[in-house]
Formats: sequence, structure tokens, C-alpha cells
Amino acid sequence: MKFVDEFRDGHFIKKAAAEIERLADSSKQYRIMEVCGGHTHSIYRYGLKDLLPKNIDLVHGPGCPVCVLPMGRVDDGLTIARDSGAIFTAFGDMMRVPGSQGSPLEHKARGMDIRMVYSPLDALKLAEKNPDKEVFFFAIGFETTAPSTALTLMSAKELGIENFSVFSNHVTIIPALRAILDSPDMRIDGFIGPGHVSTVIGCRPYEFVAKDYNKPVVVSGFEPLDLMQSIIMILTQLNAKEAKVENQYGRVVPWDGNLAALRVLGEVMELRPYFEWRGLGFISQSALRLSRAYEKWDAEVKYGVPGVRVTDPKAAQCGEVLKGVLKPSECKLFGKECNPEHPIGALMVSSEGACAAQYQYGYMVEDLDILEDV
Amino acid sequence: MCLAIPGQIKTFDKAKRYAMVAVAGVQRQVNVDLLRGESLSIGDWILIHVGFAMSKISAEQADEQMKLLEMLGEADEALDEVKGYSFGEDP
Repeated sequence: MKFVDEFRDGHFIKKAAAEIERLADSSKQYRIMEVCGGHTHSIYRYGLKDLLPKNIDLVHGPGCPVCVLPMGRVDDGLTIARDSGAIFTAFGDMMRVPGSQGSPLEHKARGMDIRMVYSPLDALKLAEKNPDKEVFFFAIGFETTAPSTALTLMSAKELGIENFSVFSNHVTIIPALRAILDSPDMRIDGFIGPGHVSTVIGCRPYEFVAKDYNKPVVVSGFEPLDLMQSIIMILTQLNAKEAKVENQYGRVVPWDGNLAALRVLGEVMELRPYFEWRGLGFISQSALRLSRAYEKWDAEVKYGVPGVRVTDPKAAQCGEVLKGVLKPSECKLFGKECNPEHPIGALMVSSEGACAAQYQYGYMVEDLDILEDV
Repeated sequence: MCLAIPGQIKTFDKAKRYAMVAVAGVQRQVNVDLLRGESLSIGDWILIHVGFAMSKISAEQADEQMKLLEMLGEADEALDEVKGYSFGEDP
């Protein structure tokens, strides 16, 4: 297990930190975005920010599925399930996400039939076991998760289970990246590309970032040394005035992605003309809905969508944090009215949310073993 | 929900669409349809996400991934997830 041990070894982290220090031009300020919420969690957990020179700023990206979900969609899902009498099912991450009238968990406490599932297949099984009930699955996630929902729908069709419906909130990462790149208040020098999303879509879809915007993208693993190495690769490109897509996580991510998963997605889902993202607004062709062949299982067709638009609580600055304009601790509510026990915004709910990660780990980096070796 | 769980394939169903997978001593069925392009055998390691195998990995990568989950404080959550899969047959 030498490979694994090396990743745990402070010695290699120390060498990587020294290399980053050497590559970073002290007269410049660098802003590198880690797109994926899993990376954000890793960065805080390992205290990586403290190992970087002060002129390298890591900006948290939009890759946290519950964080980018507008409150109105949470309300819509809960309203459909309540009015239709369906059993509401969702992943654990969704359960504490606040809607304007409370989270799914709070609705459960008020008597709604709300159940947490670990897989969309669990929700389908529930429908199979309860043929006299409707089962509603609140689907969230990027391309990592969408193929699982799609395959579950194929199973529903194959098994003829029609008391099952999916409320799709699946989003796609590429249009969100483009929106960030086009945003006038954003200046990002390079991107740490998402690891597991890329197992599905591969590395090619990021090529526009390099070609059209002249920014490096390095698809990265989740280990501290993976992330440090990815930063080295980005700085090396910047110093050479290059912009290309590189794959640091080649041991898991194939360059062309998972073609079987992409085929399944293409059969069951299609792009929406536009979708609202918290913090980023409406982005065209940035989300997936069920294709016509699956409309029998599409909750939006089966029940109609109230389409409620809800603005975030005034004082909460989730949007600015999601865009990387503000750091979590710069939000007026951070750690005060908004905390993991009483989250006001979804970024404080999920372990992949920047606010939850900073709250949990932001003040304890000195306790990390990894720093003792450095 | 982005991090994936490593598991080792123990058996397949007849159609090879589902596999019984062991994760830290717990066995549950997962769907392996997304890896239909790969040659999967008993003993292979896979990364599991919401009940589906998403990639084939090496034994070293599986060990590394489990340690990463432990370091991130998500190992218990990952095991709860696998234990919670209720769609498959019992081992």
C-alpha cells in the first residue's frame, strides 16, 4: 500500500507545498476555483488553505447539488407530494434543506409521509411494495447521480411500475462553469475540475474553458496530495502561459467518461431550455428533465408544478458565497443565525456546502495531524 | 453525496445487472448496469454511488478511498448508506 501511504505522508505534502510556493509569482494574486463540493470538504478537512501561499485563494464552486437548488423547487416538491398524497422520498442530503415553509424533515414532523432513501432504486422498490400509493422521488445531483435516476426509470418502465414519479432537479456542470466564466464580478485563473462528475462526462467537455476562456482545468482526485498536485499543474500551465485540460485523477476518470452512462442519460433525459440556480440565476440548458418517452413517470407532467419562486431570506448571502464573491465567514449570518443546527441556507446543510465545511473545520486546522508533519 | 464507496464484487445475478458487493464486512446488492462496457469479475473492486457501480478500480484505490472516507469523517455514513440499500435481495 505504498501508494496510499504516500498520500498520507506529510513529507510529500510538504514537498508539494514548497513546489507551489516556488511556482507562485509573489507579485501576483491567484484565484483557483475548486468546482466540486467534495473537494471543498477535503480542502477544509485537511486544512489545505493554510499550506498555500497567501497569494493563492481557493474559491468554492457550485458543485454541491443541494446548495444550488432554489428554495422554490423545495417548496414545489413538497407541495406536489402533500397535495397528491404521495409518499415523498429523497436522499438524506435533501432532508434538512430549508424550503420557505420548512425542510422535508420539518414537514415529516408535521405528519407528511416523508422517507429518506439511499438509492432511487429504494424509492422504486417502495412503489412496488405499495401499489395503492403514489411514490414521489425528489431527484437531485449532477451527472454523477443523474444516470442512477435514469436507470431507475428504465427499470420502472420495464417492470411496469406506474405509481412512481420523479421530480428531476438534476443539473449539469458545464453551463454553470460557463455562467461563472461569463460573470463580470468573477475572476478565476484556473479550475480544479470535479472528480466523480468527470467519471461520467469525461474530460473533453471542459475543453471550451481552455480554448475559449484561456483558463487551465485540472480534473482532480480528493486526497490532499491530489489537490496539491492539481494546484501545481494549474500554476505550471499559468507560468507557461498555457491553457489546457489535464487529468490528475486518471486512476479513476477515463478521458472519454462512461459511455454507457451517457447513453442511458440520453435515452431517459433531455436538457431543459433553462433552469434557475441559487446564486447564479437562470442558466440556459443547465438541467435535465425526463424525456417524452418517460413522461408517465415525470412528476412535473403527472401533477403539474406550482412553479413558486421564493427569494432567499434577505440577510442570507448564499448567492454571493456560491459565486465565490464572498467567503462563507463573510456572510452576515454565518455561525450566528445560520449554523448546522439551524441552517438558513442549504450551504450550511450538506457536508459539501462551503459554509458547513468552514463551520466544521475552519477553526480547527491546528489540530490536524497532517500539519504536524509539515 | 459526491464521494463514492468502495466495494468488492462477491457474486452476480443471472443477467449480470446486479452484483452482491462487500463493503467493510457488509454485503448488499448494487446495480452494475453502468459498467456494462467493462469486463467485471468476482473479486473486482468498484466505486458505488447511490446503489450503482460507477467505476471499476484497483484494490489499492479501494483501500485509499476507504481511508479517505474515514479521514473525512464519512466512513460511518457510507456504511449506513450501504446497509440502507433496501432494493436488492438479502445476501
